[in-house]
Amino acid sequence: MMKYKTVINVCMGTGGMASGGAEVLQAFREELEAAAIPAEVKEHCLSHRVGCRGLCAKDVLVDVLTDGSKTTYQFIKPDMVPRIVEEHIIGKSPVAEWQVGADYENFHQKQIKIVLSDCGKIDPEDPDDYHAVGGYGTARDVLTEWLPGEVIDEIKASGLRGRGGAGFPTGLKWELGRKARGDIKYIVCNADEGDPGAFMDRAVIEGNPHAVIEGMIIAAYAIGANYGYVYIRAEYPLAVERLNLAIEKARRRLFLGKNIFGTTFDFDIKVKLGAGAFVCGEETALIASIEGQRGMPRPKPPFPVNKGLWQRPTVINNVETLANVPYIMRRGSRWYASFGTERSRGTKVFALTGKIKNPGLIEVPMGITLREIIEEIGGGIEGGKKLKAVQTGGPSGGCIPASMLDINVDYESLAKVGSIVGSGGMIVLDEDNCMVNMAKYFIQFTQEESCGKCVPCRIGTKRLLEIMERITKGQGKESDLELLETLSNSVKVTSLCGLGQTAPNPVLSTLKYFRDEFDAHIRDKKCPAKVCKELITYAIIEEACKGCGACLRACPAGAITGEKKKPHTIDPEKCIRCGACFEACKFKSVGRD
Amino acid sequence: MLETFKTIEEKYRQNEGNIISLLQDTQEVFGYIPREAIDYFSTTLGVAPSRFFGVVTFYAQFRMKPTGRHKITACCGTACHVRGSDRILNSLRSELKLDPDEDTTKDGEFTLEQVNCVGACSIAPIVVVDKKVYGKTTSDKILKELRTLGGPTHDEI
Repeated sequence: MMKYKTVINVCMGTGGMASGGAEVLQAFREELEAAAIPAEVKEHCLSHRVGCRGLCAKDVLVDVLTDGSKTTYQFIKPDMVPRIVEEHIIGKSPVAEWQVGADYENFHQKQIKIVLSDCGKIDPEDPDDYHAVGGYGTARDVLTEWLPGEVIDEIKASGLRGRGGAGFPTGLKWELGRKARGDIKYIVCNADEGDPGAFMDRAVIEGNPHAVIEGMIIAAYAIGANYGYVYIRAEYPLAVERLNLAIEKARRRLFLGKNIFGTTFDFDIKVKLGAGAFVCGEETALIASIEGQRGMPRPKPPFPVNKGLWQRPTVINNVETLANVPYIMRRGSRWYASFGTERSRGTKVFALTGKIKNPGLIEVPMGITLREIIEEIGGGIEGGKKLKAVQTGGPSGGCIPASMLDINVDYESLAKVGSIVGSGGMIVLDEDNCMVNMAKYFIQFTQEESCGKCVPCRIGTKRLLEIMERITKGQGKESDLELLETLSNSVKVTSLCGLGQTAPNPVLSTLKYFRDEFDAHIRDKKCPAKVCKELITYAIIEEACKGCGACLRACPAGAITGEKKKPHTIDPEKCIRCGACFEACKFKSVGRD
Repeated sequence: MLETFKTIEEKYRQNEGNIISLLQDTQEVFGYIPREAIDYFSTTLGVAPSRFFGVVTFYAQFRMKPTGRHKITACCGTACHVRGSDRILNSLRSELKLDPDEDTTKDGEFTLEQVNCVGACSIAPIVVVDKKVYGKTTSDKILKELRTLGGPTHDEI
């Protein structure tokens, strides 16, 4: 990498690919191959793919590193490439109007990147790139110079806690794994990122799969495990491909396999694809799934750390947890523990999405305020709308109202207000989002994903969903709110696994902070945010209608009639309230009430 | 078909696979799990068919009906939901004239699937058409895309 004077990084995570990253990279390669370019430029120029750098909303993002300075361009399309090559790479003067703006700087300024430090810089498919930044060297040092017990002590001292959601201290888990009796032990990487609206693990694996592999090697050594599994979602084809490639390349370099790094330690990794079941994020269900069975949880104890995969001691760590490990071992526990709060050390990766101006993947020190994340990193709410709430922790979490924006984001503070850090989904909701609808959305999700083994979850979530559906249809009763609360608490305390125990959280937290919206649905039969279909009506405002016919063409139900250039009308009987006319009208003459 | 089953079975035996990976390989080839596959593997591996059915019906990935020529996957994750994925899904369903319990058009051209999250939330809402990801999309854009693929929507839009 160093021998090149100019390096071009093209963002090619799932976001970058969807925006045409592969075509942009190809355009750079072709343009650089083109005859008109001086040979010395060609020779000293490397264009390559990099993983996610976070701000996918501005993809395709391209860095041009030349003469020691870095310029980042946004929204790059293949036809813009020739000008960049000509003016910037050959002519040495960057194309000013395509460069990223202050948004991009602000987005990165408050972040502290540990797990993501190499994502967006190195080529995820090239282990040499990771090697060049110190990768795998840490694992070699650990295996040759450290005792397993010392590794565990170091991780304990760092204060690292499970990043999958529950926040169990990682060092302690490893120690239990080390102490567990058994000749065969397993380390499993949980990459079954099931929370809708979260993509941290996908981005880490796509951007730097080697850090996860190296973390697994170190964990395996500490525990005494010779076999590893990565359980990853099949819905992430690019991550699966890059992970498989990285494992194969690591194996070829003898970082995996027999006598790795020339020591007496054997360790290898197998990849197992999930088959689309949210419950498989739960440890015991995940184990059943790797064994090829229906992914149903079982009661604990015995804990997986004593009786896990095929009844052997098994330590299960999340992707982000493992990706932290090489960096902690390289720079020391004291360095890592200097970030974050007393009880929540280090950083956390969040997927900041929803109605935010700059959605993306962020890594922040634990304890940062929600306000800093939303206003400074995310750039506030898009379109000048008002923030209503921030949902964290996905279907197991809760909604934090706008009035609590100064809360610290760490395990303890979020739990206090009825939400969780969770795996890292952070969805921003504005005044156009209906909180009752959000609660219904999540309970519908958990109801569909309930495995059906235990009664409270199987039937409880179904009854909760029925009540929520009733309310959003304007058929709710005053007594429903109390029933929701009682039932939610029962499901929480009696369900078998984490899925059921946390499923009512979104309902409970919205009930607590947004009771007025529930009341509006039940008493006034109105949806204040105008989301719940059954509670809104559409009508054309005669004075404003130009008779352009856009609504008529957009209406899938044939409910709109009218002559050209004369005001149209909506037949309320035929109207299916899909909102297509509302969106199609350029003159704001479709009213919604 | 039999030859393909044999190849899949061989791979399974070599890699010490499990029922899930066996079925994943089968679906990779056929696009769904043919009933014949379950009968075949159940006999050759000595595993009760009920175990196969148990796994197939448990996991959302598996299907026992063939898919259409084009596969449309609408993401219904939270980030897409708050940006109106419902509306896209509804207009796709009505455009493709799908019955409430059907996911494939009668002429076998299109299959419309829902998934919980494809993990590209920054560019929500997302629809995937034949493995190509469309971000920040609208029903209009997707319907236009379908028009280029042909099928029942061709003359009607």
